Amino acid sequence: MSEYKKGGGMIRGIPHDTIEQSLPILAVFVAILVAVGGIVEIVPSYYLDDAEPAVEGVRPYTPLELEGYAIYRREGCFLCHSQMIRPFRDEKERYGHFSLAAESGFDHNYQWGSKRTGPDLARLGGKYTDAWHIQHMRAPRSVVPESVMPNYLWLEENKLDTSKTKRRMEVLAMMNVPYSPDDIANWEVDLKAQAAVDDGEGEDALRTRYERKVWAMGEKQDEDVTTWTDSFEPTPINVRAFDGDASDVTELDALIAYLQMLGKSVHFEEGVDYYHDKFGQPYRK
Amino acid sequence: MSSVAEKEQYNYDIVKFCVIVGILMGVVGTAIGTWIASELAFPIMNFDIAEISFGRLRPVHTNTVIFGFGGFLLYGAGLYMVQHCTHARVRLEKLAWTAIALWLVAMLCVWATLPLGITQAKEYHEAEWWIDLIMAASWVCFTISFLATIAARKMSHIYVGLWFFISMLFMVTYIFVFNGLCIPVDMTFSYSAYSGIHDAMTQWWWGHNAVGFFLTAGFIGVMYYFVPKHANRPIYSYRLSVLHFWSLTFLYVWVGAHHLHYTATPDWTLSLGAGMSIALIFPSWGGMINGMMTMSGAWDKLRTDPVMRFMVVALAFYGMSTFEGPLMGTKSVNALSHYTDWTIGHVHSGALGWNAMIAIGAMYHMITRMWNTEMWSAKLVNMHFWVHLTGAVLYITAMWGSGVLQGLMWRAFDEYGNLVYTFADSVAAMHPFYALRATGGFLVFCGFCIMLYNTLKTISAVKAGTNVTLTAEARA
Ligand code: HEC
Ligand code: HEM
Repeated sequence: MSEYKKGGGMIRGIPHDTIEQSLPILAVFVAILVAVGGIVEIVPSYYLDDAEPAVEGVRPYTPLELEGYAIYRREGCFLCHSQMIRPFRDEKERYGHFSLAAESGFDHNYQWGSKRTGPDLARLGGKYTDAWHIQHMRAPRSVVPESVMPNYLWLEENKLDTSKTKRRMEVLAMMNVPYSPDDIANWEVDLKAQAAVDDGEGEDALRTRYERKVWAMGEKQDEDVTTWTDSFEPTPINVRAFDGDASDVTELDALIAYLQMLGKSVHFEEGVDYYHDKFGQPYRK
Repeated sequence: MSSVAEKEQYNYDIVKFCVIVGILMGVVGTAIGTWIASELAFPIMNFDIAEISFGRLRPVHTNTVIFGFGGFLLYGAGLYMVQHCTHARVRLEKLAWTAIALWLVAMLCVWATLPLGITQAKEYHEAEWWIDLIMAASWVCFTISFLATIAARKMSHIYVGLWFFISMLFMVTYIFVFNGLCIPVDMTFSYSAYSGIHDAMTQWWWGHNAVGFFLTAGFIGVMYYFVPKHANRPIYSYRLSVLHFWSLTFLYVWVGAHHLHYTATPDWTLSLGAGMSIALIFPSWGGMINGMMTMSGAWDKLRTDPVMRFMVVALAFYGMSTFEGPLMGTKSVNALSHYTDWTIGHVHSGALGWNAMIAIGAMYHMITRMWNTEMWSAKLVNMHFWVHLTGAVLYITAMWGSGVLQGLMWRAFDEYGNLVYTFADSVAAMHPFYALRATGGFLVFCGFCIMLYNTLKTISAVKAGTNVTLTAEARA
């Protein structure tokens, strides 16, 4: 082979020859060097609380919405849709207020996306009726002729598989998402109540359990902690047959329940400055 | 060196296996890529089948090309060059074979699970936790065997190409492990250990360094061996390689934040990421220049040798995408380019231009040396080059066009301060570009088919003894 030139020995006082001749030295140097950047950039965000200020109104998903989130993930919707509005004028006009860190604080994993083949969905909740969504999921081009979104015909046909719901909540509770033992025990009642397949019996209990649920910063709580100001009126949870059929719970029920709550939790007030990207800043002044 | 002696000295079987599987992965990966490109141009191509709908099939494409094609190239070329650079036969051969078998098993699992919607939903890290474990096991086996071979080297110095491999082996281990941390719900679902901004930062620490170490450091390592070897010239500058190795190794790690500009991520992280992205052009171009200048005195080879052309054009694309990357890493440009097809254009000038072309060049080189033969058809190699290049250029320019157009349409205001275009308008405007991109992708796929055909013909000619063996000069 065109023999690689023998090492140059010293380079600016560094005995590079020695490094090149010793696998352990080379390996250790490399192993340390590549670790630096990540540690400096990622670790501090866990220790500086304000990186993720708690915001009034942000609550974890209900069991039905949690299943909707799982379907969103399963279908790879995030590969065509973002859920992260940037602080630009055009995005404000088109999608609404820019996204706050806290709004995805319960998403393990985050759904910000990196590509907008379709529009941002961070504040989709309430933009369209359920009927619109049903038709749009079935045949997007029947609603928006230019669309390139696939038809998701199977969602309304498939019964929602709830065999994992409880375990999902247990896993999330391990990671500081405030699901109490009571929430977890009542997952099925709550799920049915929200999809309105229970003649309205469970609705009140569902609302008490979830509407004022907040994030207990740092510590794990057994009980719901309601640290929102008393004057704060949380956004009501949507309770209805999302797919238009109250006889059973389908995948489409769960997905639309999820879509209809996106971005609805925080109430943005006129004239208030919200920060979303600086350490050491309160989330609002 | 006679081929018999070389056969005993080096384990070529393992490399041959990787190269052939790698080419197959290239064919499959680009076929799926062409398919999903067509789905975006003509949504009817989704055929209302859940398993092949865009959202489920896209990760199958990315995983097949990155971990299938790229992975087998890195394993194969890595084992080839570590033997040649150390003059030692690969150590712990069983372990190396295990690495390769596990990687193949992992790919099969990826193909079986992703279309069913079983995914971690992390870009380029979609495979579920148990497949991650298989991949990790494979990676560890490979690392041990690779390092053991270096330790057994028959000369004092470790060749620069191998340094890059070492940095890849370590960094990919870190990022793969930390980004993959999760709590399983069952075999088909897991929740990431991180949420929100933490997850975003970890994801792009992974995402960018998968690019930076798997697709860059590893491939630069490949470049450092195969370009000088094929051109039969020494590497241009030793000092440059030292300088750009350490600076690349250090700098790449910092820049993942540029994937998150203007999001809810802490501002200082983003500014740091932007600054480091700009700085990254220097080590990147260091490598590019070192590779290009190695050609001085051998430029005439470009006229006669399509394999050399693959390698040099790869370096040119590398230079271009590492010029574009820092540009897109600045906040003002990213404000326009983020979320658009520009990103996809950039990715593919890296992937089709740089990664694929240097990989293809290295593969042709290895095939001729390992089987001691000329390719069955030199014309087909030449044709592969032109078909691939045309496809790549079509793809990249289509995505630049659509990306910039998209970005401008989204932010256009009329004189009354209203948005000019609806989102649907921008979707409609993408159609011709998407059709063009699918055409480009199809050409790249055709190129891989040509390569597969030519390779199979070459091997059967060797078996039948009708091949033309390499001249002594070529084998030197
Ligand atoms: C191939 C990319 C693609 C995939 C995958 C995709 N979409 Fe879409 N989506 C689009 C496009 C393009 C539009 C804009 C045109 C339209 O409204 O159909 C859109 C629009 C939408 C809208 C209307 C948004 C608005 O503000 O008008 C919703 C809601 C939506 N998609 C939900 C989903 C969900 C849920 C999934 C996953 C099950 C999904 N999409 C998967 C491309 C995609
Ligand atoms: C100096 C070197 C480079 C820099 C600074 C850089 C920078 C960037 C930036 C700013 C983005 C867009 C992020 C966004 O807005 O979402 C990006 C995306 C990407 N780049 Fe590079 N790039 C570089 C080289 C490369 C190379 C050589 C490749 C090889 C394939 C590559 C592959 C990718 C990929 C796969 C993405 C897509 C990420 C996604 O899915 O969003 N990059 N890069």
